[in-house]
Amino acid sequence: HSHLLELLKRTTVHGESNSALIIGPRGSGKTTLLNHVLKDLREMNQVRENLLEVHLNGKKNPFLSGLLQTNDKVALKEITRQLQLENVVGDKVFGSFAENLAFLLEALRRGNRSSSCPILFVLDEFDLFVHHKNQTLLYNLFDISQSAQTPVTVIGLTCRQDILELLEKRVKSRFSHRQIYLMNSFDFKEYIKIFKKQLSLPAEFPNEAFAQKWNNNVQHLSEDKTVQDVLQRLFHRTKDLRSLHLLLVLAVSAVTVHHPLPTAADLQEASRQHSSDSRANIVHGLSVLEICLIIAMKHLNEVYDGEPFNFQMVYNEFQKFIQRKAHSMYNFEKPVVMKAFEHLLQLELVQPLERPSARAQREFLLMKLLLDSSQIMEALQVYPNCPTDVKQWAASSLSWL
Amino acid sequence: MNTRQQSKLIYSWYGKPLSSDRKLRTSQYKGILITSESTKTETCIQLGDFILVEGVNADQPYVAQLMDLYEDGAQHKRAVVQWFCRLEEIPQNKRKLLKREISAQEVFFDQILGYDTDIAAETIIKSIVVLPLHLGEELPIVTLNKEQTFYVKQSWDGKCFKVLSPDTFSKLKEANKKKGVITNSSKAFIPSDTFTPVKKETETVLCSATKTKNADMEMESKHSASKSSLAKDRHSQRVANNDIKTPTARKKLELNSPTRSKGRLLGCEVLGLLDDDCDAIAPLKPSATKRKVKFTGDVLGSPPKIPCSNDKPKSTSETAKQHQSFSDTLRLSPYTKIKDCSEKDKNLHEKGNILSPVGYQKPSSQSPVMTPRSRRTCAQKTSALIAEQISLLKSYGKLAAEEDVLSGSDSSYSSSSEEEEDDDVPCTPEKKTKSSRIFSTPKSSRKSAVHTPAKTLKKTGTPRTPRNATPEIPRRLQAAQEPASVLEEARLRLHVSAVPESLPCREEEFQDIYNFVESKLIDGTGGCMYISGVPGTGKTATVHEVIRSLQQAAENDELPPFQFVEINGMKLTDPHQAYVQILEFLTGQKVTATHAAVLLAKLFSTPGPKRKTTVLMVDELDLLWTRKQNVMYNLFDWPTQKHSKLIILAIANTMDLPERIMMNRVASRLGLTRMSFQPYTYKQLQQIISSRLKGVKAFEEDAVQLVSRKVAALSGDARRCLDICRRATEICEFARQKRAPEIVRMAHVTEAIDEMFSSPYVNAIRNASLHEQIFLKAILAEFQRAGVEEATVQQIYHHHVALCRMEGLQSPTVSEIMAICSRLGACRLLLVEASSKYLHMRVRLNLGQDDVMYALREE
Repeated sequence: HSHLLELLKRTTVHGESNSALIIGPRGSGKTTLLNHVLKDLREMNQVRENLLEVHLNGKKNPFLSGLLQTNDKVALKEITRQLQLENVVGDKVFGSFAENLAFLLEALRRGNRSSSCPILFVLDEFDLFVHHKNQTLLYNLFDISQSAQTPVTVIGLTCRQDILELLEKRVKSRFSHRQIYLMNSFDFKEYIKIFKKQLSLPAEFPNEAFAQKWNNNVQHLSEDKTVQDVLQRLFHRTKDLRSLHLLLVLAVSAVTVHHPLPTAADLQEASRQHSSDSRANIVHGLSVLEICLIIAMKHLNEVYDGEPFNFQMVYNEFQKFIQRKAHSMYNFEKPVVMKAFEHLLQLELVQPLERPSARAQREFLLMKLLLDSSQIMEALQVYPNCPTDVKQWAASSLSWL
Repeated sequence: MNTRQQSKLIYSWYGKPLSSDRKLRTSQYKGILITSESTKTETCIQLGDFILVEGVNADQPYVAQLMDLYEDGAQHKRAVVQWFCRLEEIPQNKRKLLKREISAQEVFFDQILGYDTDIAAETIIKSIVVLPLHLGEELPIVTLNKEQTFYVKQSWDGKCFKVLSPDTFSKLKEANKKKGVITNSSKAFIPSDTFTPVKKETETVLCSATKTKNADMEMESKHSASKSSLAKDRHSQRVANNDIKTPTARKKLELNSPTRSKGRLLGCEVLGLLDDDCDAIAPLKPSATKRKVKFTGDVLGSPPKIPCSNDKPKSTSETAKQHQSFSDTLRLSPYTKIKDCSEKDKNLHEKGNILSPVGYQKPSSQSPVMTPRSRRTCAQKTSALIAEQISLLKSYGKLAAEEDVLSGSDSSYSSSSEEEEDDDVPCTPEKKTKSSRIFSTPKSSRKSAVHTPAKTLKKTGTPRTPRNATPEIPRRLQAAQEPASVLEEARLRLHVSAVPESLPCREEEFQDIYNFVESKLIDGTGGCMYISGVPGTGKTATVHEVIRSLQQAAENDELPPFQFVEINGMKLTDPHQAYVQILEFLTGQKVTATHAAVLLAKLFSTPGPKRKTTVLMVDELDLLWTRKQNVMYNLFDWPTQKHSKLIILAIANTMDLPERIMMNRVASRLGLTRMSFQPYTYKQLQQIISSRLKGVKAFEEDAVQLVSRKVAALSGDARRCLDICRRATEICEFARQKRAPEIVRMAHVTEAIDEMFSSPYVNAIRNASLHEQIFLKAILAEFQRAGVEEATVQQIYHHHVALCRMEGLQSPTVSEIMAICSRLGACRLLLVEASSKYLHMRVRLNLGQDDVMYALREE
């Protein structure tokens, strides 16, 4: 933080040009950090404003997001807009991309270290700018930052660790190689602290008594064994703080007037919701026939070691089961089974290997099952009113022998 | 002005050869006849005329004065010219020397020696008018012939602007006057005191008195005709806007003022001729100087001349005021005589105005005598210097405004306005209706005078909005802080943008490039050079340095002047944009890429008379690659043209670029002049840093050495080296807040290097969550099992579950595994397929297995 603050301060105060990259996994607070630094910086500028009454708008912050600026052309237009250079141009129509680029470069070239106002370029999702043709924008930005023109600071935000390898060699040479890595390097104790801080009410909360009560409860929660278990599991899975937020929101949303304080049970419930397997959930809602088809597919997978199958194979497998074993199952007609199969296809539990073509018959399209056998077994355990012989069949493909 | 349409022109000599040199088999002529086949019109251009010469840019032909015409041994028609240069031909950086705005109509008297003044006569397009003006004067409002009238105020010798010397000024003026006469009466050949051989002939013409008279009569009539037309013209103008009128009159004053005594005298020469004619006593062959003397004598001793000047009686109904005005003008002229045409002049002029009411009565007695004479002088001058008078309009408008504003007292104000009224009269003496109009309505004219200041002020006050607004980043409102400490100073110097005085360790390359360009410059030929080297080895910087020193040499007249154009492949959006940029640099035109290519090809393939050598630097050459390679082909083809005078310095990273991507025909044109910049060795890097840090004690010797060794081992990129040093100063500064080491030590440098070169992956893996680490372990296990460096998520999932069981952890669900996988994929620790394949998505490691093992084992 202090590093970045220092860097930006130098740009504004000394008119020095710089470039830096902030690299960190998703949810590690890159943007938050930058915004925080900018806030601090603005406060400082305000201090200066009070003292000298000159620094009216010391900074412009073109925030460029790679997701919005899909190519250099759009990005350039956006920069121009944000720098408020349009008014200079007046009625001059912005024609080609080339003209635009030349215009902007000209604009930036005019300035020098001491007189012109420093500019901060923030490139969000920096990795997307890398894919622009020839990396023209990046080259030019870095080139400006490396030459005696208008002072600029280029800050890129990205989550890709290999970003430097994506830069072209000339662009790379111009980049100052100032990288700030953000990692979630805290351990579980700190994680608990963060949890407490996130959940507790701030001091400004109007109802002081309630805040006191709530905060005490949070303190209790953090010491509770089950809560710690839940958190530990989440922590082991991911250190991303956003997932913690999600979990807490789920838990806190259970709070009502009659149930004013969140309990460990709430948290557990939230965690269960949070970590449940989406595909397994889908399996819960299937009919018995569909489950049977899935089981047949599972057996096929086991027999042929993950080779793709087609509907006919699944149907034959299903027929075998019906004829030999099943007494509780009604022998469905083939079109009905086909319908059930198509439903599975729509739910994307089954995926065709290639696009369905008009020529190939639907029965013989090669398919793959998108479920793991463990998922199927788990789902069967909780499936209500499942016939026993189906369960037996699922457990062993040879059970009918 | 379209030269292409005039392609069917026949050039033939006008008259017989004046003199011929048998030995050289050249013969000189006094004029050239241009006959257009299509329109059947003949144009005769005489020596001393101003002409347009075909140039680089079809829209902007060169301006020149014809000095000599001859036919050389090979029957080629040649012409010797005196160049004028347009503003566009003056380099951008010199334009600011002018410190004023230049209109498109203004040209500069060219005194650059480098240009070839001997041109082919066929390049002459047509004749034009070039009027000399004084520096302080504003350009006149041109009413007719806007295209063909130019003004010259200053001379340009390649380095600085100078006010025209009186000699050249008079010459120009004379040529101008002659020209006016010629255009007026194409048949009547008016003698003039030129130094050309024409003189004799024309003077013999003069000898016959009757003929002269005829000519004079004719001339007179022509003058009056032109005058009246002008008067009408002006009258209409006057009607249109009153405020212009007064300046017109005022300008008259300036004309009389002998700040341009030469010009005036010259203008009076015609008058003298007329006088001669009337008196029939003047010598027939007076030398120019003699005549001048005589004329001044005339002015001084005007009373004896009364009768003869009275031949042409003027209106007798002239009021006293009018006489006063003449006396005024006469009186004013001595005032201005003393002064230059600078601002001082204005002030004094003003003084004169204030003084004028006092002296109104005094000269009135004398003035009637003088009037006709001065009147005639005026008349002559009007005819000779029509356009010039108009040209002075503006400056006088301004002057008047200034005066009026400055003069606080009522009397002076009225005097000035009165004066303005009066001055109207002499400027159009023939038009009695007008003068009477003015006198009959003095109030209205006064009114106009009153209006004048406001209007002119407004005119000058509104800043003209330039058409091509140059964008500018808003200025910072607070001055940038100067570096306070040693470390800050060092950091500033270490910034890549800080340009050092000299480039250490690149002396050899510098010398090579310098010699190459210098030799080509001296020879006036073209050539290519290819410069290669990895990024950050100072290619661009060295070339810039070379150009800078060459420019310095050119300024000291050690080398012929040249233009420097720079294009950068990275700064172009499309390779074809290169043409546009080059053309814009050279001529300032903005056209489309295809048109620019055509224009450039024409420019470089045809011989241009005033062509400077162009040094073109093409940075990042490889980006100019197109499938047909026509951009590169053209670039390298131009220097091989005979007349191109183009030197190309191409810069790229790879040494074998010509062989690798260029077609044979392009590579062959590029030639074999190659140079490669080797990466810096550690000693060189060390020298670079220490040279930048000269005088600042901020770094330990060992620290510098460490940095340079480290960088040299990796890439030899000087930029990287400087960046590390800069970072080290920051770290040092940060550390200093606790203790107080004022110097960058080894520890700081090591820290900076670690920061820059440390592999991010290991750190990222160590900071990953437990399950992410287990997932990576599972991947490794799967890879080992299968022996293939690729696995599906399903396979890894089984391993993951097994590992979790071993560790005694709750195994995650498939959804969670997918989330983990995508997170690692986003960080590019893993390479993953599109997630629609779900469990069958294939996964690959983005770093070596050993690295992962190492990172995981540490825990």
